[in-house]
Amino acid sequence: MRWRRLKAIAVKEVLQTWRDPRSLMIALLLPFTQMFLFGYGVNLDLQHLPICTFDREGSQLSQDLLKHFQASLYFAIVHNVKAYPEIVAAIDRADCRVGIVIPPDFSERLNDSGTASVQAILDGTDDNTANIAFGYAASVVSGFSNDVQLSWLDRQGRTLQQVQPMTVQSRVWFNEDLVSRNFIIPGLVAVIMALVGAQLTSLTVAREWERGTMELLVSTPVQSSEVMFGKLIPYLMLGWLDAAFCLVIAVLWFEVPFRGTLLTLFLTTTLFLAVVLSIGYLLSVVIRSQVGASQIALVVTLLPTTLLSGYVFPIDQMPSFIQDVTYVIYSRYYVTIIKAIFLKGAGISELLMPILFLVVYAVAVVALAARAFRKRLD
Amino acid sequence: MSGSETADAQIVVDNLVKRFGSFVAVDHVSFRVGHGEIMGFLGPNGAGKSTIIRTLCGLLRPSAGRVWVAGIDVARDPERVREHIGYMSQKFSLYRDLSVEENLRFFGGIYRVPRAELPERMRFAIDMAGLGGREKTLVATLAGGWQQRLALGCAVLHRPPILFLDEPTSGVEPTSRRRFWDLIHTLAADGVTVLVSTHYMDEAEYCDRAALINQGRLIAIGSPEELKHTALGGELLLLECEALGPTLAALRQAPGVIDSSVFGNAIHVLVDNAERSLRELPAYLEQRSLRPSRLQRIDPSLEDVFVRLIAADMVKRSEAA
Repeated sequence: MRWRRLKAIAVKEVLQTWRDPRSLMIALLLPFTQMFLFGYGVNLDLQHLPICTFDREGSQLSQDLLKHFQASLYFAIVHNVKAYPEIVAAIDRADCRVGIVIPPDFSERLNDSGTASVQAILDGTDDNTANIAFGYAASVVSGFSNDVQLSWLDRQGRTLQQVQPMTVQSRVWFNEDLVSRNFIIPGLVAVIMALVGAQLTSLTVAREWERGTMELLVSTPVQSSEVMFGKLIPYLMLGWLDAAFCLVIAVLWFEVPFRGTLLTLFLTTTLFLAVVLSIGYLLSVVIRSQVGASQIALVVTLLPTTLLSGYVFPIDQMPSFIQDVTYVIYSRYYVTIIKAIFLKGAGISELLMPILFLVVYAVAVVALAARAFRKRLD
Repeated sequence: MSGSETADAQIVVDNLVKRFGSFVAVDHVSFRVGHGEIMGFLGPNGAGKSTIIRTLCGLLRPSAGRVWVAGIDVARDPERVREHIGYMSQKFSLYRDLSVEENLRFFGGIYRVPRAELPERMRFAIDMAGLGGREKTLVATLAGGWQQRLALGCAVLHRPPILFLDEPTSGVEPTSRRRFWDLIHTLAADGVTVLVSTHYMDEAEYCDRAALINQGRLIAIGSPEELKHTALGGELLLLECEALGPTLAALRQAPGVIDSSVFGNAIHVLVDNAERSLRELPAYLEQRSLRPSRLQRIDPSLEDVFVRLIAADMVKRSEAA
């Protein structure tokens, strides 16, 4: 391998990328738009969920309950309606996701038997939101019920400890506020790296075949390893740049905690980039068409990284055979690594296993890509 | 000059066969090109010219037969051959989104032209292509003739002793074509061996030797003079007349006439013996009420030779089939 030839290829690649609006968009604009789109768009926290209430009793007690809803961070009361059909209409119009109905005999039953029911009408078209909303609604009601119980015990002259001898107090580590953004954005960096990396290199060899420049290139003494590294190195640098953008946006804009070291992030990101860049390059060598190679690059990088890496959807909740499949998804290891670096401040020693997997993957794909390129036309 | 006899042949092709599936693109072709010789490849599109050149550059593997370039067996060691050759492919293959200078610097790097020498070699290529003052121009915006001359400049940047030029003048306007051939002659005078293909028959005149290729087979090879005087297999008459069609039909039956074909508004008649036909043909045509306004002996052009040879080759093939 000759440095001079490798450099000639790399310089040419930089000039071509710089003059190609499509490549520039992928390299520079995509990370930004993806970061903001997904950073804001993928949000599993429910806050200020619009609800409407139908208080059929209108008593002090029922109004207290609704105040609990109003005070909760999870809900925002947008309508107080006077009839059932109005709830239905509001849910149909998607003005609200939940309807809370307090029965006309609410206080009466609570005072008589100590229990009363409240009706929650949920918009089940989004069952995930509905489930979470129901959970929140239940916790608001149970909070209210505790208050009621407390004041009842007060009147009886007893204290809570006598009734509830044990309580669970949970404490969450690493993402103390359980903000889903803190959990999603580090994984999002992996998604963006996978998307951008493979897209750029999937164009690079195919472009030369399509434009006819490859015929001349293969007639020169250039070696296939020089072509490969000459083409990968500029995109590796672009990948570093994009990773830096993502890091800055994650930490400064979305205020995701970054507890690890930059060195660990740099080393592991380089490994991951080596995998995705080589996948794109390999596809470009084999398919020889820019459109074909970039489409397939999307399928083999973005899809598994979004769905099977544990970036949003937890792997341990997948069916067991899908869990087995995720072991061959290289992004799984990087998502594990990058979340651990961001949130736990993990160093290389704690991440040895996933790093080892990435190394094996990177070596395998680079070797495959180096072998795939042939300096022949037949 | 006859390069086939020279001992230091730079290119040796021995019974080359190239098949793509069941299609035979090159069919047992053999020839040699001597040091500093300009060998022209002529033939219609799809004759197999590009396939032979690509095989010589090590881009295609021969199905049978052997090929040596600069004394190196191309099939065995294509990488070493590539150090010795410059190649201009049929399709323009410089980087259109790079400037003149950037393309030259790129190929200078790829061929590892010594750094100290590179500025002077780039200057040479720019001057040769007539691109002085346009060093920063993107190649995409250059006219065809300039692009082709720059491609030649990139191909000779590393001073290769052997040049393969695949239809370098196709799609280039006539004055640029002429200028391009002048460049080829300058390079050959410096000892560069050039194998150049073209589908412009008149360009064969610029070559030391020309090989005529049709449907994958070499049907004639020699200097332009040799081809004109021996390959035709007869002598040529020019006939001008009013009724082209009936005259052509009559000539085909006439004694001593081997072949006749329309060239523009005249007929070229290939005969065994020009003097006898000049005496006998007017009477023969007169019997059929045909009166040529002009009948004279002419020197055959290479185009006559090639048209005749390709037609004869087609007849031979259809008879064989």
